[in-house]
Amino acid sequence: MIADLMISGPEELFSRIPFAQFLNLRMEMAGNELTTILPFAPHLIGNPLLPALHGGTIGAFLELTATAQLSVFETFDQIPKPVNVSVQYLRSGKPIDTYARARINRVGRTIANVEAWAWQELREQPIATLQAHFLIC
Amino acid sequence: MPIAPFREGFDLLVDNIPYMKALGARYAGRSEDGIRLRLPYAQPLVGDPETGVIAGGAVTALLDHACGMAVWDELNEYKPIATMDLRIDYMRPAQPNRDLFILAKCYKLTRSVGFVRGFAYDDTLSDPVAAAQAAFIISHPCLKNREAHA
Repeated sequence: MIADLMISGPEELFSRIPFAQFLNLRMEMAGNELTTILPFAPHLIGNPLLPALHGGTIGAFLELTATAQLSVFETFDQIPKPVNVSVQYLRSGKPIDTYARARINRVGRTIANVEAWAWQELREQPIATLQAHFLIC
Repeated sequence: MPIAPFREGFDLLVDNIPYMKALGARYAGRSEDGIRLRLPYAQPLVGDPETGVIAGGAVTALLDHACGMAVWDELNEYKPIATMDLRIDYMRPAQPNRDLFILAKCYKLTRSVGFVRGFAYDDTLSDPVAAAQAAFIISHPCLKNREAHA
């Protein structure tokens, strides 16, 4: 039954995680390049006055993007678990779609180091960046 | 110190925020220890269907929100604030089917920055699920106006 537990790619990963469904996360694969999409929805708002996306929305999106990137190159028999994440908020998230990409810096025996960044209208102007460590065994 | 009227509306800072509503977060009061929030366990918040453990991202949102409220609590007045950075350590998985509690305290406030420490736990604070360290930018709209008129 181990085959049933295998996570064989980012699409399967998102479809298996209820919280990724809650955020309605989408993805596009161009070759081995993964771009994730957080479609705007009113319930993602954290500041109704601006309005702006909740920082927690963006943090979760980046964390799941990093997890998805790990599953592009590696197969896991369980979902990689974050050990720590650090998010820098650079610009307020407008009430529009958000995109993200991630880069794996190192995959060790126990820990993987990944960084991710999110943008909206201009990729040169990221709204937030993330550095994360995941437990992969 | 008597609770200022400003703090009486703190429950609205959770109840009226769409993302907090969507997650099902509740305001659970303030004390000298900090701001408390509660996140009832719910199926859509699960991050690992094999174990039923809540997603790190759901915990992140509650910690971020509680940390921001802790800055307002310490400011004791409303000023626009924004998360500058947020670091979260996940110490252990949250137990399925149990509420998650958040406690966040702004331990240092300068004119422009609030420094906050927060914890998430499902049993006792001495056995936390996650810990947060956050810094918030405190905006000074009057300063910006002065620059605009200079």
